Amino acid sequence: MRFLPHTDTDIRSMLEAIGVAAVGDLFAGVPEELRTRAGLRIADGQSEMAVRARLEAVAGRNDAAPQRCFAGAGAYPHFIPAVVDQILQRAEFYSAYTPYQPEVSQGTLQAIFEFQSLVALLLQMEVANASMYDGASATAEAVLMALRIRPQRPRIILSRALHPQYRQVVHTYTSGASNVELVEAPFGGDGRTDCDWLADHVDERTAAVVLGYPNFFGVLEDLASAGALAHNRGALLVTATAEPVALGIVQPPGAYGTDIAVAEGQSLGIPVSYGGPGVGLFTTRTEHVRLMPGRLVGEAKDGAGRRGYVLTLATREQHIRREKATSNICTNQGLMALAVTVFLSTLGKSGLRELAIANTTTAHRAAVQVTAGGAWRMPFAAPFFNEFVIAGAHAETRWDAARQHGVLAGIPLRRWYPELADALLLCVTEMHDADSVDRLVRAVS
Amino acid sequence: MSRGTGKQAGLLLDEPLIFERSRPGRRGFSLPGVDEDPAAWLPADVVRDPIDGFPEVSEPEVLRHFLRLSQWNFGAATTFYPLGSCTMKYNPVANEVAARLPGFAALHPFTPDAAAQGALEVVWELEQFLAEISGMAAVSLQPAAGAQGELTGMKIIRAYHVDRGRPRSKVLIPASAHGTNPASATLCGYTTVQIDRSRDGLLDVAAVRQAMDDEVAALMVTNPNTLGLFERDIVQVARVVHERGGLVYLDGANLNALMGVAKPAHMGADVLQFNLHKTFSTPHGGGGPGAGPVGVVEALAPYLPTPRVVREDGQFRWSEEFPKSIGRVRSFFGNFGMLVRAFAYILAMGGDGLTAATQMAVLSANYLRCRLQTAYQIAYPGVCMHECVFTDKGFEAAGVKTLDIAKRLLDYGFYAPTIYFPLVVSGAIMIEPTETESKETLDEFIDAMLRIAREATEDPDRVRNAPTLTPIGRLDEARAARRPVLRWTPKPPADN
Repeated sequence: MRFLPHTDTDIRSMLEAIGVAAVGDLFAGVPEELRTRAGLRIADGQSEMAVRARLEAVAGRNDAAPQRCFAGAGAYPHFIPAVVDQILQRAEFYSAYTPYQPEVSQGTLQAIFEFQSLVALLLQMEVANASMYDGASATAEAVLMALRIRPQRPRIILSRALHPQYRQVVHTYTSGASNVELVEAPFGGDGRTDCDWLADHVDERTAAVVLGYPNFFGVLEDLASAGALAHNRGALLVTATAEPVALGIVQPPGAYGTDIAVAEGQSLGIPVSYGGPGVGLFTTRTEHVRLMPGRLVGEAKDGAGRRGYVLTLATREQHIRREKATSNICTNQGLMALAVTVFLSTLGKSGLRELAIANTTTAHRAAVQVTAGGAWRMPFAAPFFNEFVIAGAHAETRWDAARQHGVLAGIPLRRWYPELADALLLCVTEMHDADSVDRLVRAVS
Repeated sequence: MSRGTGKQAGLLLDEPLIFERSRPGRRGFSLPGVDEDPAAWLPADVVRDPIDGFPEVSEPEVLRHFLRLSQWNFGAATTFYPLGSCTMKYNPVANEVAARLPGFAALHPFTPDAAAQGALEVVWELEQFLAEISGMAAVSLQPAAGAQGELTGMKIIRAYHVDRGRPRSKVLIPASAHGTNPASATLCGYTTVQIDRSRDGLLDVAAVRQAMDDEVAALMVTNPNTLGLFERDIVQVARVVHERGGLVYLDGANLNALMGVAKPAHMGADVLQFNLHKTFSTPHGGGGPGAGPVGVVEALAPYLPTPRVVREDGQFRWSEEFPKSIGRVRSFFGNFGMLVRAFAYILAMGGDGLTAATQMAVLSANYLRCRLQTAYQIAYPGVCMHECVFTDKGFEAAGVKTLDIAKRLLDYGFYAPTIYFPLVVSGAIMIEPTETESKETLDEFIDAMLRIAREATEDPDRVRNAPTLTPIGRLDEARAARRPVLRWTPKPPADN
């Protein structure tokens, strides 16, 4: 086996040093009746060439063409500069563990410190952690954290316009907690969470209001109003951003007094990869940092006064606090956080803005084009970024027809929103040139 | 601006923060033709200014910056990384290629199932492989990491009990368990009861029987345990738990010791998580992404997370039709890119290769144990499985502690073992060599450890002041936690 270096001579001399006759003797501690006698019913090992051929054949059965894919909904195809993957393929990064020995892990630690800094700047929040699994579980952890910040308040208001999968994960995470009450806030005719409803329902028992930003319909929520409503009643404002490229051009959650802002970082330098791995971004105010989940990297000095970075505030975490920890998270998404760091460093101040403007422009032009024929309309009037809802008669039939032309014309919304049975959610990014938008328009017409 | 000295010599290259390399007007990316005013499409009040403080660096500077950072890391590819309980085996480079095939990497998760049959086949077949290795009836690949697998497993256990009337209130956990075990149980609303070990480091049937009552939902047990010992009485322990209606959660973190040797299902485990980033060679990535699939016995299959892949007439599809499911624990289907890597690994290794991996991992651990126990006290004597635990007893007079030994190893060019874990061993030094290190590497490591033991008596300051051959020395972690600096902050405009 090409990954195992032991020669027969090695094995013999190691057995001799141990003082046993055969490798099997080392398993004497495993009771006889538990031993697997027949071996594993898995085919024998294959050559690298054979495995590659098999995987290429399997991958070839997937239809993965970003130019013909107009689906977003939590996974966004964007261009990734080559320098990002060049760095991710450095084995010094990908084959390292969580940086428990800082003296030989400064690469990972400094990169995470830069990640925390970039994420905090992007969301305009005071402090960011070293990452979570994804946007959905980060949202669930944000809800748990809000309940820790407001321990006397059991109610969490989740917008119905928050990504349905994020809502489902919040339900799963809170299902064991006895006194948590999840309430769904409806959306209004403009696609935004209904602030009149919030005004009536946010009360002194409400710990937090959780909104998507942009929300699942691609729409920019009125965070100023929602935030004021929440804060007036002592509740927290929590936002979840599935498409953070938007924050290159639209006001960040931090501009509206958001208390906990989370995001899915996939669109910042990570391929969609059938939905994972992505990376959860998690930010809050400094005053809440000790109630935060996940790893944190901080600046430190060595004996000679040299600057370095370490994992810090670990007394919140499971390996120290065990059952009293703020979360059970251990491994997070380190390498994907590195991808975000390299991506944002490369794009930088001007590049991220240009990318966001390109998305805004392309998506808005496409929206005009798709609805020009009259067959489709846009049900929601609120401002959007690169994703939008179109509605029209026989939406799903036309979506099917587009499939036959090789175009994935977004996602039918009926599976989550029976009230939007005639609607599709479309995503248009910088990956779609004029030709591919034309193809979309033809396919759904 | 730099790490103090600001000097560069030979291969010792200093590197500031990316923000400190920034100069106004530099750029590393451009999209020609983007000169539009966003106000044409967005209301003025939602448009943000350019982000103050975001880096302005050229592409070559970005490359150099991160290349230099990479060179400050030990990784399993560069260095023997004997981190106990973390299974730092070789991450085959071919798997990196596999996960980047455009048919996988560019596949959108909302691609209709008919157009994603290849991806579904990977998921389906990997589930079958893991079921075969563990003996479990059904597997979900959704959890993103081992700890999320634990959380998923405990949610499943809770749902099972709720279905039978009530969730019960307690979970039994041995003192030697990973910290994630009690944290996961607590997240599921359980109080944890600690079970102490017997004198030989194993679970004691009598202790479990005594703690077991109708309030206990589950026992969480790691096998082999974190002392590197196989739980000899696991079958009897499981029987005691089952007799009172409880379930057994097996932490699969140490599965690298069991492949082709023994199956958790036969031990009485009802649920276990697999750590693909340990046993199945997917890279740790400096702390993720991992993948923590969960396997369960038949009776628990209805509670697995959804969606689940099903096969009908030779076609695969995702199904939500499992009304008793605990629901989702994350978006989409899991860390798919890591699943591809693990799948490629199992194909390459085969059933015979996986069994050989376990055998060689155990052989290597025992070789280290025997060669090192002349100089270091072993926590629990006797044959170990895939890892062994030493202590720093005997070095008290020299004033040398486990931490010092770990730091001195860095000077010898090795990563350190896991230290001060498990908590039940004072000054624990937990070593896991894995099957992918050669005998020469193990011998070099043994030589270094033996030399450190000698230094501890002959020149203890040398050990206590280590490391000295690293880019920085020991960092003041207490001070870093007292006044945390968790990010770089742009200077206010006046100071620019």
